[in-house]
Amino acid sequence: MIVGEQKPFEEIWEMVKDHKQLTVFGCNTCVAVCHQGGNKEAGILAAQLRMRASQDDVEIEIVDSGIERQCEHEFFEKTEDLVQKSEAVLSLACGIGVQFMATKYDSTPIYPALNTTFLGDVPETGLFTEKCQACGDCVLGVTGGVCPVSRCAKRLFNGPCGGSTTGKCEISKETECAWQLVVDRLEALGRLDTYEKVMPLKDWSKDRSGGPRSFKLEDF
Amino acid sequence: MAATATGSRLEKVLKGGHLAVTSECGPPRSSDPAHIKEKGELIKDHVDSINVTDNQTSVTRLCSLAACIHLKGMGLDPVLQMVVRDRNRIALQSDILGAASFGVNNILCLSGDHQSFGDSPQASNVFDLDSMQLVQTVRHMRDEGKFLSGDEIKVPPSMFVGAAANPFGDPFKIRVPRLAKKIASGAEFIQTQCIYNLDKFEKWMEGVRARGLHEEVYILAGITPLRSVGMARYLQKNVPGMDVPDELIERMKGVDKKKQGDEGITIAVESIQRLKEVEGVAGFHVMAIEWEEKVPEIVERSGLYPRPNID
Repeated sequence: MIVGEQKPFEEIWEMVKDHKQLTVFGCNTCVAVCHQGGNKEAGILAAQLRMRASQDDVEIEIVDSGIERQCEHEFFEKTEDLVQKSEAVLSLACGIGVQFMATKYDSTPIYPALNTTFLGDVPETGLFTEKCQACGDCVLGVTGGVCPVSRCAKRLFNGPCGGSTTGKCEISKETECAWQLVVDRLEALGRLDTYEKVMPLKDWSKDRSGGPRSFKLEDF
Repeated sequence: MAATATGSRLEKVLKGGHLAVTSECGPPRSSDPAHIKEKGELIKDHVDSINVTDNQTSVTRLCSLAACIHLKGMGLDPVLQMVVRDRNRIALQSDILGAASFGVNNILCLSGDHQSFGDSPQASNVFDLDSMQLVQTVRHMRDEGKFLSGDEIKVPPSMFVGAAANPFGDPFKIRVPRLAKKIASGAEFIQTQCIYNLDKFEKWMEGVRARGLHEEVYILAGITPLRSVGMARYLQKNVPGMDVPDELIERMKGVDKKKQGDEGITIAVESIQRLKEVEGVAGFHVMAIEWEEKVPEIVERSGLYPRPNID
């Protein structure tokens, strides 16, 4: 899923404080799972902004709302009127939702309340870790199900580098060495011999290097 | 002597059956070339070839390529260190041609320290290729006379191609296979991480010999003299992939502070003397970090002087 983290409150306040009306708009799917951008968080953030407005004697009408997903048209039906009438929107969606709204409502300012951080999983309650960079050419089949692109700080295809120490990455004792994990996993699969196959040069044109990506289902 | 593929002095020394001695110079954080020339002057008679580091520890410095050109101009045999951290395949191939155009005949292909260690932790890193893929790239350019794109290179770069090996990185069991992989990629010589844990290095070499890898690549053992017990402790605690045994720290601690540098030199000499006897060690890479003036003494006391006279 897509993981995001709320921006510092001051940064959010500076973006929105000059409006007279603001809709704080949650996105109740990915970023709700990490408790940063769901409809509940939109309600809390709206309350904090109202308090700040009152402290600073700023007149701004703040309402909060939200939908299931800010990245598809069909979810906007119920809130169409509210958004149309808003002077500005503070979106708690990931960068995708913010852009989707900005395209959909082309004369309404849409501000991001989150920093979209990564594509990740939830290995334990309250912990989110990066697992994919959408490079467009998955190699998990040969790396034992451990992604070197997103999990190795040098995205090495023929790791580990010399900085791997007791299972940790050279950049931090908190970060697991992806190639230690690859090696452990290949061993568990009885495929450690495949480690010695030199991985060829990666085609990064399928990554963001090749420009914005899209694909279209011809049947629709 | 085995046939040589390049104009590299290092290649000639190794293929001539001599124990090679290389050293390294870190370029200055300045545009003044005097510094690198002085370092070259200090060690030139005691080594066969001189590595020039490439923005080591991710601290911005005068570029390795330019520094190599300065050394080449002095008649020396530089080893261009090149990291894949800062350059994509276009820049890498371009720099390889540029270096070769000045007669730089050696390259050491490295991944490079992560930028978080250096002066620009906010920088984007590149890692278009990894170090093994860079080794493949140089060999492809040299041997096939082609760019990665398949386009012809009219005058291919003449370079002796090296890679690094760290027998002390984890997981240990992958360190011999990893060397095999570098050889399969096309590495012709290897310069190792600084060796302080000689037992572990010898164990790694046993694994190397068991697979006959020492006959496929020239392994230069990395030696860095300790200047003080503080340096030994720092390397042990703070440098990932560095293995400094406690006994070595105790030995340095047992010596008067003013004499610790001398003790470090003695340890380096003893290490070389012991490792000279290890089958498969083809030479030594003496990295006296910001202490280049000690290289001649280490080389002489280790019985590696004079250097062979190669055309």
